[in-house]
Amino acid sequence: MASKKMADGGLPVIARFEVRHRNYLAPDGSINRPLPAFASDANLLVSLYRAMVLLRNFDRKAVALQRTGRLGTYAVSLGQEAVSVGIASAMREEDVLLPSYRDNGALIWRGVKLEEILLFWGGDERGNHFSGPVQDFPFCVPVGSQAPHAAGVGYAFKLRKEPRVAVCLFGDGATSKGDVYEAMNFAGVHKLPVVFVATNNQWAISVPLRLQTGCETLAQKAIAAGFIGEQVDGSDVVAVRAAAEEAVAAARDGQGPRFIEALAYRLGDHTTSDDASRYRQETEVQARWKEEPIARLRAFLVGQKMWSKAEEERLAAECHERVEAAVERYLATEPRRPETMFDHLYAELPEVYAAQRRELAGEGDV
Amino acid sequence: MSEVTLVEAVNLALARAMEDDPDVIVLGEDVGINGGVFRATVGLQTRFGPERVLDTPLAELLISGLCVGMAAQGLKPVGEIQFMGFLYPCIDQLVNHASRIRNRSQGRLTCPMVLRTPHGAGIRAPEHHSESTEAMLAHIPGLRVVIPSSPERAYGLLLAAIRDPDPVVFLEPTRIYRAAKGEVEDNGEALPLDVAFVLREGRDVTLISWGAMLKETMAAADALAVEGITAEVVDLATLKPYDEVTVLGSVAKTGRCIIVHEATRTGGFGAEIAALIAERSLTSLLAPVARVTGYDTVIPMARLEQHMMPSVARIIAAARKACQFS
Repeated sequence: MASKKMADGGLPVIARFEVRHRNYLAPDGSINRPLPAFASDANLLVSLYRAMVLLRNFDRKAVALQRTGRLGTYAVSLGQEAVSVGIASAMREEDVLLPSYRDNGALIWRGVKLEEILLFWGGDERGNHFSGPVQDFPFCVPVGSQAPHAAGVGYAFKLRKEPRVAVCLFGDGATSKGDVYEAMNFAGVHKLPVVFVATNNQWAISVPLRLQTGCETLAQKAIAAGFIGEQVDGSDVVAVRAAAEEAVAAARDGQGPRFIEALAYRLGDHTTSDDASRYRQETEVQARWKEEPIARLRAFLVGQKMWSKAEEERLAAECHERVEAAVERYLATEPRRPETMFDHLYAELPEVYAAQRRELAGEGDV
Repeated sequence: MSEVTLVEAVNLALARAMEDDPDVIVLGEDVGINGGVFRATVGLQTRFGPERVLDTPLAELLISGLCVGMAAQGLKPVGEIQFMGFLYPCIDQLVNHASRIRNRSQGRLTCPMVLRTPHGAGIRAPEHHSESTEAMLAHIPGLRVVIPSSPERAYGLLLAAIRDPDPVVFLEPTRIYRAAKGEVEDNGEALPLDVAFVLREGRDVTLISWGAMLKETMAAADALAVEGITAEVVDLATLKPYDEVTVLGSVAKTGRCIIVHEATRTGGFGAEIAALIAERSLTSLLAPVARVTGYDTVIPMARLEQHMMPSVARIIAAARKACQFS
């Protein structure tokens, strides 16, 4: 775009746009630029760190459960833990989260129990009747299709003059879908309190970003919708949190939507059903391990004397215990009776289907 | 009480619903100052303001997706899709979200939305404006599919659809938007969903139809009466879930059934009704169930569309044949 010299024929420039990149912590944990105010709050930084470590432990266990036939297909957050955790940390309880299927970190931060997430990936809808905020949306599996919902939620907030924000998370692949653009376009028209977040982990299953878009950034897609798009280092949780804080505050303040592109890398397979070695080089993956968010924040915290080896060991033990206890509760969940598949089909089950329910329940023929 | 057209009845119901419930929101393309391409929303924006009657960008997927988001927040959105041929981008939202968010969240989130769209051919409209793909929608669990055939039922059923706690696709028979006139009392009274209406009682043959085709179906019943064949005419009205009791009751009485729909035959909703009768009422049949439907072609443009749609003559012929069978 900017690099190409085109014959302009002396035509006037009528608009210019910029996309900013935000980063505070270098991969080695050193500081690139003055930190945002919240970074002086050791408790907050430590809680972000703990959430990311818990998520990574949880993911590891979930994969083990899947490999041993006790969980269905599962998507790990390996390498992008800072995004879902950092974004959720900037939200209020009364805000509404609209996550994709890889945003466990955000759900856990907002109070969803680990066993509820396992229940969902274990094939039980009850996992979506979770302990998080009651109006939060469940994981969205059809890519990007939750973006229009975010715009609808934002419209409801604006209509009722509620100072709340809808936060919609999706991946780089989703930015190729009309759903996302249509939602952003509408949010721009009405200056809705919606924050759109694309976790750009470089891969949509096997399709690399260069086949997803000809744009230099995903952030610039917001420009076409009339609002600010910012790119952040998605492996720097301080940057993610800072961008989210600003975006959420602006949205809450009536300044309209924002778009955050969190540049990260999917260190793991797409899901447990995928084998990324079929389409990408191990050397590429290894190189990206140097940027990963947990080691980065740990290096910073240790350097700032906010975190110690003893605390690290305690955290590892805590995470292990918490995850194991959740797994126990998950595995001990009473199975649903088959006929309950009818119970939330309609507010009141029409008689024609009630007959099918009775058949399934063994209460006579249809 | 005054005589109104079907589209005016839609307008009355929308206005009544918005008056009664501040959560009702009307959204779609040109629904604001223009009042919709068929004028179904005329006057609503002036009366209820642009925040509750909003012109959306030209994006149908968006309209349906916005409805899901708004509905999850407790609003009662009524989205308009200008023609059924433009509904298809909404299928993803209807199938994956609107119809199942209640189930996916085990009742935590619900979707009290209505998506209205004109249905059917016969108005010499351009390409893609004459669809009747209701069977596709009726296949979706968790959804309601409703189609009125008179101003009175348009008013009562639309009110019911808006008040219903679950998503409803409300199909409006374009061909009789203005041709159908009737007395409608704007009293805010809804008609029941999931219930078929017996428009005419008869002993010899049951004619089941919905939407605009009831016009031809009733005309056929009139003509048959002259020949001494009394036809019972059932307006299915709600296709999903449909009133099996009324269908089976009528067939048990007459022993003959003709299903009339404008949509293509294969996999059409008539097949569902024929299967129900075969499964549950075979022994009451005096003649094979017959379908009088659109042909299995792409709906032709204006010059040929009349030839695709069932005619009064085809309905009469099918009913006669059934009566001659035994």
